[in-house]
Amino acid sequence: MKKLIVSPAPHIHSKENTKSLMRDVMIALSPTVLVSIYFFGLSAIKLILVGVISCVLVEYLIQKYLLKTKVTINDYSAALTGVLLALNLPPSSPWWLILIGSIVAIGVAKMTFGGLGQNIFNPALVGRVFLLVSFPALMTDWSIPQSWFREGIDAVTGPTPLAMVKEGLLSGQTIPEIFAANSFTTKQMLFVKMGGSVGEISAVALVIGFIYLLIRRVIKPTIPVTIVCTVALISTVFYLVDPMQYTGPLFNVLTGGVLLGSIFMATDYVTSPMNTKGMIIYGIGIGIITVMIRYFGAYPEGMSFAILIMNATVPLLNKYCKPQRFGKEVK
Amino acid sequence: MSTTIILTIACLGVLGLLFSVVLYLVAQKFKVEEDPRIEQVESILPGANCGGCGQAGCHAFAENVVKAPSIGSLFCPVGGNAVMSKIAAALGQEAVEKEPMAAVVRCHGTFDNRERVNHFDGYSSCKVMSALYAGDTDCRYGCLGEGDCEDACQFDAIHIDPKRGVPEVDVDKCTACGACVRSCPKGIIELRPKGPKNRKVYVSCMNRDKGAVTRKACIVGCIGCGKCAKVCPFGAITVENNLAYIDFTKCKLCRKCYDECPTKAIWAVNFPIRLPKSATEPHTEPKVEQPVEENKEA
Amino acid sequence: MKTFKIGGVHPNDNKLTADSLIEVFPVLETAYISMAQHLGAPAKPVVEKGDKVKVGQVIGEPAGFISGYVHSSVSGTVKAVELMPDLAGNPVMHVVIEVEGDEWCEEIDRTPDIKRDIPYSSEEIIEKIKNGGIVGLGGAAFPTHVKLNPPKDKKAEFLILNGSECEPYVTADDRIMRERPEEILIGAVIMMKALNVTQAFVGIEVNKPQAIAAMKKAAADYPQIKIVVLKKKYPQGGEKQLIDAITGRRVPSMGLPIDVGVVVQNVGTSLAVYEAVQKNQPLIESAVTVTGHCVTEQRNFLLRVGTPFSRILDAVGGLPKDAAKFISGGPMMGKAVANIDASTLKGTSAFLLMTEEETKRKQESNCIRCAKCVEACPMGLEPYLLNKLCRAGNKYDELEKEKIYDCIECGCCLYTCPANIPLLDIIRMGKADVMKIIRNRPKK
Repeated sequence: MKKLIVSPAPHIHSKENTKSLMRDVMIALSPTVLVSIYFFGLSAIKLILVGVISCVLVEYLIQKYLLKTKVTINDYSAALTGVLLALNLPPSSPWWLILIGSIVAIGVAKMTFGGLGQNIFNPALVGRVFLLVSFPALMTDWSIPQSWFREGIDAVTGPTPLAMVKEGLLSGQTIPEIFAANSFTTKQMLFVKMGGSVGEISAVALVIGFIYLLIRRVIKPTIPVTIVCTVALISTVFYLVDPMQYTGPLFNVLTGGVLLGSIFMATDYVTSPMNTKGMIIYGIGIGIITVMIRYFGAYPEGMSFAILIMNATVPLLNKYCKPQRFGKEVK
Repeated sequence: MSTTIILTIACLGVLGLLFSVVLYLVAQKFKVEEDPRIEQVESILPGANCGGCGQAGCHAFAENVVKAPSIGSLFCPVGGNAVMSKIAAALGQEAVEKEPMAAVVRCHGTFDNRERVNHFDGYSSCKVMSALYAGDTDCRYGCLGEGDCEDACQFDAIHIDPKRGVPEVDVDKCTACGACVRSCPKGIIELRPKGPKNRKVYVSCMNRDKGAVTRKACIVGCIGCGKCAKVCPFGAITVENNLAYIDFTKCKLCRKCYDECPTKAIWAVNFPIRLPKSATEPHTEPKVEQPVEENKEA
Repeated sequence: MKTFKIGGVHPNDNKLTADSLIEVFPVLETAYISMAQHLGAPAKPVVEKGDKVKVGQVIGEPAGFISGYVHSSVSGTVKAVELMPDLAGNPVMHVVIEVEGDEWCEEIDRTPDIKRDIPYSSEEIIEKIKNGGIVGLGGAAFPTHVKLNPPKDKKAEFLILNGSECEPYVTADDRIMRERPEEILIGAVIMMKALNVTQAFVGIEVNKPQAIAAMKKAAADYPQIKIVVLKKKYPQGGEKQLIDAITGRRVPSMGLPIDVGVVVQNVGTSLAVYEAVQKNQPLIESAVTVTGHCVTEQRNFLLRVGTPFSRILDAVGGLPKDAAKFISGGPMMGKAVANIDASTLKGTSAFLLMTEEETKRKQESNCIRCAKCVEACPMGLEPYLLNKLCRAGNKYDELEKEKIYDCIECGCCLYTCPANIPLLDIIRMGKADVMKIIRNRPKK
């Protein structure tokens, strides 16, 4: 007879593991990736490929030669960072831009903290924000690259709606005037947005991914729902106060990175709180900061900054928000 | 332009002054008067904070040594006699000499000597394993080999040999802090005197089962036959619950018991090779303990 | 449908034996009866080598308040009273009996008729249960008479029968609920009388529709007992979770069910109580599920206490080639068997065989802080944090503040962890240390 295995209970394990969870997130991102390839063609494929390859390579090199630890690139976490970074860049970004972004994301934001599970800030967002402050011109160049599938896509125009609003307001226009001048419609916002990062192009694709993640129980709906509700609520208040100066809730939720950020970036396991109470505070924080940057900040979009700022509060949220314990304390 | 610079410098200067005053006040308020000798003693101590002395750390040890009327039972095992005599000199007291000790692993149930009958698949820890069951061999007293002692040692002095499955002590590095002794759930590790030239004689077994049961589980187990106790000229060996124990305060390292032991459960380490028996004595090489792979037939 | 509110996981059911009848397992030539059949002090053997014993005769007497009687499950001659390794390999006093025939004590009523009237007082019932050596069959094997005798200052309001059987694979309770529902309910009525309560609930998970139907049909005659259908979720059968699911009350931290006026008993215990009180039959046999995907013939047996595990295999088509782990109990909380020559106990509910592929732990990787353990913990603890604190060593104050002592060791955290961190192994270790510190603390 073979030697018996003896171990403490439990003797069975769920089929989930780190790899399968990361794979599920990738699957959830696939509608978005497909839509972006449809609209941006070769450049989207190029960005995503360079992002994935460079992130995985950077992690491999660091683990193999710098840290001399076990190489863990096959858990898909680096690849996921690469995809997310690519989805957060303008479609016309040159390949070396995402390469630099990957080095910062994996090398600085992830590995210096000790690798997977140890980092405080979302690596993809650190990479993006690094690029945004280092190469502001490239990072706000929303020109449309040549597409394989269609020529001269009418829906996808130059600057992002948020940038147009910001510029318009600065030049003294009111919101309805800006809207009229650029002919924004809700339908456009839902399906094909008017320019923006690779992954922001379609709200519907993002929501499909969200539903998939919920069905597979990869994430809880708490964070995305709180963020979206907060953004909607605050912008409603501002919109009602002065519709000439402030954009409305629908516009704020559907444009920019709110959906991509709340579904895929803010829910990153490592950098989000670990209990419901903390998640709600975190989501509200992200919502408020995003809207405030949009309304009053210098940048047209504030999702990345909002998530990074709230990432920093996560250790505190974990420490001071506790899940509901079973049963009262007996004194 | 120049006003800006002046204003900036002035502002920062005032702020700096303000903070320094606050810091000074706070420091004054929370200042703790301490016997300067505590710091002095602490600087003599090795600073390993291992807790081997039974105190919470080196600072606590220094505090207690200074406060106590005499050094008495307080002894830093890591620093040993050298450090203790320095401390005694600093405090103007008599130092208490103690024989240097080292950890000794009283189990040689290596993979060759003791068959593994099942495979442990939980968190690799002797504590977890011993809480769950008797162990992965038929000997429920012996080493579990998961290395809690190795994790506990701050001095890199004890290691599980992956080829043998039991720990080995590096006598030169061992400071006898006792961390491994406390970490072992089976109580196998004991602090014994280092001995002249690191020579030691000890029973390397903890098995209190009946002889036949022990024999079945492990070929180098102590079967409690009592031959060693009979042969010992100094009355240093006692046999209780089928297990022999050599009292190191009485043992004179004559090795009669070692020669007598039928299962080679008694170990004599670091003795020079005895010429007539050298061919059959595998583990008498100097310095390090060697595995007893060869004495299966012995 | 009701269930508990915090945490829980959904492992695959794998109730392979749900439709096989409980078969009477043949009496073997030798029985090895352990004296540590229950939680608390092991019983003191009262027979000697050479004594003749009958089925149901007392062979061990309680050795303390939390202890119990042990009865012979066979008739024959005592061959030895000695220390033998239990399933974990630790020595426990056993009485070894060589079987001769099957002669039962005269007072045991072996007729199949159901006896419905209960002519005993509360004290008499508890005495009978104590003499019958009844222990909780839900897993912990806590002596039942102690549980039915709450401290004077606490009053029980409800009796809850636990028929949830949330452990995967195990079907022993399911089967007895289908086959002997009325006896179980009479057992409940007896315990209600002992506790002096007027309302009882039976919690059954929805994945046992036939058991629910059988129990509901039988309960038509017992208006004081209500059958409650529960959602399928592990660990529904945990006392605290079951009370939360059925009554909405939450047992306080470090408290007992009686603190919220509830006493929980397993349905198997209820059946044993019925037999002990109405039929004078002590607890000498129990329903045991022998199962596992690698087993050729998975079956349910009525097994005499003291049957060696290795001999059970003969009845289910021998030892499967690829079996790598033997488990006494279910896969979530059962004990791995290190010594297959050990024998079954009163509280043994299942004997589960698993292959290496099904059960082998995977390589541990970094915690990705996914919070799945926090979500799964039915006690609202944070296993990832407890794991970190336990591994740091000496953080007992913080562990206590994080309520590590509330851990019920259900295994949800380890089951769910995608990084395969052995959370429960480590938490169990820290919990033991903290409990020791708390116990050694001077009482206020």
